[in-house]
Amino acid sequence: MTEPVTMVDTPIRLDYSYTPGVASSRFLRSLERGEIVGQRCPRCHKVYVPPRGACSMCGVATEEELTLTGKGTVTTFCITNVPSPGLVPPYVTAWIRLDGADITSMFLVQECEPADVRLGMRVEPVWVEESEREANMGNIRYFRPTGEPDASYDDYKDYI
Amino acid sequence: MIPDVLVADHAIEYTYTRSTGPVIGAFLTGLRDKQIRGIRGVDGRVLVPPAEYDPVTSADLTELGDVADVGVVKTWSWNETPLAGQPLDRPFAWALIQLDGADTGMLAAVDAGSPAGMRTGLRVKAQWADERVGSIRDLVCFVPEGDA
Amino acid sequence: MTESLSRPVAVVSWASFETPSEPARNEVEMLLPVISEALGNVGLTQQDIGFTVSGSSDYLQGFPFAFVGALDAVGAWPPIRESHVEMDGAFALYEAVEVLRHGIVGVDTALVYAFARPSRGELDRTLSLQLDPYAVAPLWPDARGLAGLQAQAMRDSGRYPDVPDVPPTVVADGAVAVVLAVGDRARELTPTPAWIRGIDHRIEAPALGARDLTSSSSTRTAAANAGASGADSAWLHVLYPHQEHLLREALGLNGQQVDCAAGPMMAGGLARFAAAAAGIASGQSRRAVVHATSGPCLQQNLVALLEGDAA
Repeated sequence: MTEPVTMVDTPIRLDYSYTPGVASSRFLRSLERGEIVGQRCPRCHKVYVPPRGACSMCGVATEEELTLTGKGTVTTFCITNVPSPGLVPPYVTAWIRLDGADITSMFLVQECEPADVRLGMRVEPVWVEESEREANMGNIRYFRPTGEPDASYDDYKDYI
Repeated sequence: MIPDVLVADHAIEYTYTRSTGPVIGAFLTGLRDKQIRGIRGVDGRVLVPPAEYDPVTSADLTELGDVADVGVVKTWSWNETPLAGQPLDRPFAWALIQLDGADTGMLAAVDAGSPAGMRTGLRVKAQWADERVGSIRDLVCFVPEGDA
Repeated sequence: MTESLSRPVAVVSWASFETPSEPARNEVEMLLPVISEALGNVGLTQQDIGFTVSGSSDYLQGFPFAFVGALDAVGAWPPIRESHVEMDGAFALYEAVEVLRHGIVGVDTALVYAFARPSRGELDRTLSLQLDPYAVAPLWPDARGLAGLQAQAMRDSGRYPDVPDVPPTVVADGAVAVVLAVGDRARELTPTPAWIRGIDHRIEAPALGARDLTSSSSTRTAAANAGASGADSAWLHVLYPHQEHLLREALGLNGQQVDCAAGPMMAGGLARFAAAAAGIASGQSRRAVVHATSGPCLQQNLVALLEGDAA
């Protein structure tokens, strides 16, 4: 203990009673029901999932809601070969454009070999059991291939 | 009508470790040894805690020196309901304490029992932690000199 | 800045929202109607705005880069010229004034907005994170306790024997938006522009004990640099009652109408600009001093002089 002090620990902890806002709350409640609800911009008509109550391109409030089928298309993906809590490598993380949505969301893709995942692959969500659902993103365990023919490049080229 | 919004407990933690530099490092090293150090400013004032740069001219400061661990309350406020992380978990006073040999006040808690035990000009003495690691928290609080 | 503004800049529109505790909407949802109202009042859309700047604190929202998420309320497409300060929106307004007076081609309007929802967190603890991270912040001094040190020092000085006790820290959620415009553009947008004739901000030493807490030297210097004299009204950003005494003294106020408010966290200073501009637009004031503060015990102070065309 004779060495001069050169470093000091300054731990910080702050507690919040967090609320995600009106639009995000409605979205998370929809997940609790096993649905995926987006919102459409009244100006540019883009559909946001998850919705945040605003069109980030137009800067206007979004109010019109629509329920998506949940099916989507892989627009790009990544195979991870290092472990992560709860995940056994190799595993696939993909950007998925849900049908009807105008932005992509990140999900795991499972029930297929990582080597088989490809751009344009059609996928659908696998939900947790209804009795275990809560109002959070954990309700969707992962996406899996639907077996449908791949989407054409033109269908998703603007979302890569 | 309030919409059906979700609410969740949420905590953020930043487990920072900071490098001290030579001036703050000397101050914290001193605290580990129950020694409070200040630094001489351009105008001759001894600043405690030591500043790396002069508060008026911004000149580099280097002339470190020891001050006493007893001093005088320059101003104070009573804290009836201490918050998480504060020096004491019972009501205490915040005070700027000018230690003997220093020319500026240092922020610290004073364990004075009640507001009636506090006044500007009160002489106070440092209370040290048993286990000291080189942190401002090595100096737990001050107490009225008569109580020390 | 002691020279006159090279291009005259005016406050032309504003909107604000304040509540002790917003129960439902997040920051973006709170901002949207406020920005929309401020732009709409003068017939503008975001696409017309040359420069956008915000003031907020991610610590208050509880997640990093929250200020980027707030851009959802603006519409940042096509890409916009945008900036942010981790301070009250009044200091963001200072940046906007600097940008406008620089005369960048195509930049003759600015949107300044600020917001916070401190009711969801621990404001007194959060504010301690703006203090010296080695010798002060680890003690988690609450904002109210630090304000109390200043009030007691004022009483002890003998010059302010009657300053009131420090009330509980005001927690107010809200959002404020202000639109600025240059010269003829300002006159196109409103018949009653509030011209920003001077503006400056100054900061005092971070060490509380090294400061004279019984005098606001940074306010005095900022006011001198802003040319903030001869006003008929003053709009002060006052978080605790004792601060009004220090500000009155530093600004040399004597007989003017004085309006004090704390306003929403991170937006209260910007709201003072809105209030002063409203006073000028209504004819209540011709020449107004505006003040905004940040940091513990009036550490940082911004002063501006606003003037109506009739002045």
